[in-house]
Amino acid sequence: MAERERSHTRPRGALFVPRAQVMSASDVQRAVTRMAHEIDERNRGLEQLVLVGLQTGGVPIARRLGTTLEEVGGTAIPVGSLDVAFYRDDIGLRPVLPEAVTDITFDLTGATVVLVDDVLFTGRTIRAALNALSEYGRAQAVQLAVMVDRGHRELPIRPDYVGKNLPTRRDEMVDVTDDGVMLGDVVNR
Amino acid sequence: MPQHLLAIDDLGPDGIAEVLRVTDSFVEVGHRANPKVPALRGRTVATLFFEDSTRTRVSFETAAKRLSADVLSFAAGSSSVKKGESLRDTVETIEAMGIDAIIIRHSSSGAPTQVARWVDDTAVVNAGDGWHEHPTQALLDLYTVRQALAEAADGGTGDDGDDGTRAFKGLQVVIVGDIRHSRVARSQVAAYAALGAEVTLVAPRTLLPPSLEGWPVASVSHDLDRELVDADVVSLLRVQSERGSGEFVPSLREYTAGFGLTARRAAALKPGALILHPGPMVRGVEIASEVADLPAARITGQVSNGVAVRMAVLFLLLAQGPGEGSLHE
Repeated sequence: MAERERSHTRPRGALFVPRAQVMSASDVQRAVTRMAHEIDERNRGLEQLVLVGLQTGGVPIARRLGTTLEEVGGTAIPVGSLDVAFYRDDIGLRPVLPEAVTDITFDLTGATVVLVDDVLFTGRTIRAALNALSEYGRAQAVQLAVMVDRGHRELPIRPDYVGKNLPTRRDEMVDVTDDGVMLGDVVNR
Repeated sequence: MPQHLLAIDDLGPDGIAEVLRVTDSFVEVGHRANPKVPALRGRTVATLFFEDSTRTRVSFETAAKRLSADVLSFAAGSSSVKKGESLRDTVETIEAMGIDAIIIRHSSSGAPTQVARWVDDTAVVNAGDGWHEHPTQALLDLYTVRQALAEAADGGTGDDGDDGTRAFKGLQVVIVGDIRHSRVARSQVAAYAALGAEVTLVAPRTLLPPSLEGWPVASVSHDLDRELVDADVVSLLRVQSERGSGEFVPSLREYTAGFGLTARRAAALKPGALILHPGPMVRGVEIASEVADLPAARITGQVSNGVAVRMAVLFLLLAQGPGEGSLHE
């Protein structure tokens, strides 16, 4: 589960206990580099391309993808960030709070938007993100890049670019940081 | 977040900081071409105003509609209250309709608190009760000050773990006017003090409450000229003629001479000092017309922030679900 969701859903007093490292920091960097080339290849160039990271876990990955894409294509790629709290379908069922203010200063109309998140799980965050995104213009196309796809989808959503496919149990937790990707459990204190 | 917002003390410093932080997101929503989010779809909010108000009611209703909630507007003058129905029966009728939040304004201090005792799950928001409190007004004042301070500091909030409330520590806030009859002043004092600001009340003796015991104010003064020199924020209150505050001063002209923010007094403010007024302002009495239009005056900003702050309050009260979060999915 993404860092963002974890801070919302963690029962009071619960703790993330890492069990195994599944990607090292350099694995993550290699995955970013590969995904940047895939984005370039798929879109036959980077014209009209913008990156939008999901708050908060997707934002640093979007920035790194942006830097790498600039090296690949030679042009600067606009990078924004999106908070989907007000578009979630579980408002009222659990505590939902915005993590940070959405920052999209460019019009998305006609652009190819690559949504970027750290972990793809149920797909509900992405569903909310697609709705939120439409407030900033009618994108020509929306693609999805995630560092980890951990399965257990509840909606018909699939990623276009994946750092690593990671089979998990539903009750496990995936934590993506600059130091790599950890798989672990939530333990009640 | 508590179930109700009846007074600033219900929130505490952390609750206030939370409201201000969530307001940032709603300000961003307000800047969009379509300033509406689906967050409270399917929820119903009732405004129950037993006292005339346009700006507060419209501000709350706009906030609720921008959250996609349904809004029932209930004005006492045209309701069954006129036919003799008691407040309790009115509230229980509304609750029985399945309303999620009641936003109430009443001329009696404590009416929202009483209503909160009668309801089960409905959230009650105080939109002004008698001389008691008007908490959302104080919150929007704080938000406006926080926004201005962040602009002055070039937006330096967030990255260092500061939610923008640190700047309130030691901030010199001067509240001028009819403190005695003002629910806004009570909420402002509680809110500024909760964040560590130093509040000075300035008013003629007749417009101060009989006792200031329990008010977390640093000082009380009757000399506006002396207090303005060090002020970071000057918050003006209206002379409330309809509440009889005119009877507590010899004349409005004499009030203006002693306590009005005239152009001469505004010139004595230090650079960067802010001027706030909850509105409706009476130009020429508590504030000179040219002062109200200075860049230091954030009065229009207060109004637009009011909608975002009330969106944050309604969102926090209605959207948080069961308090003890369980691992979802």
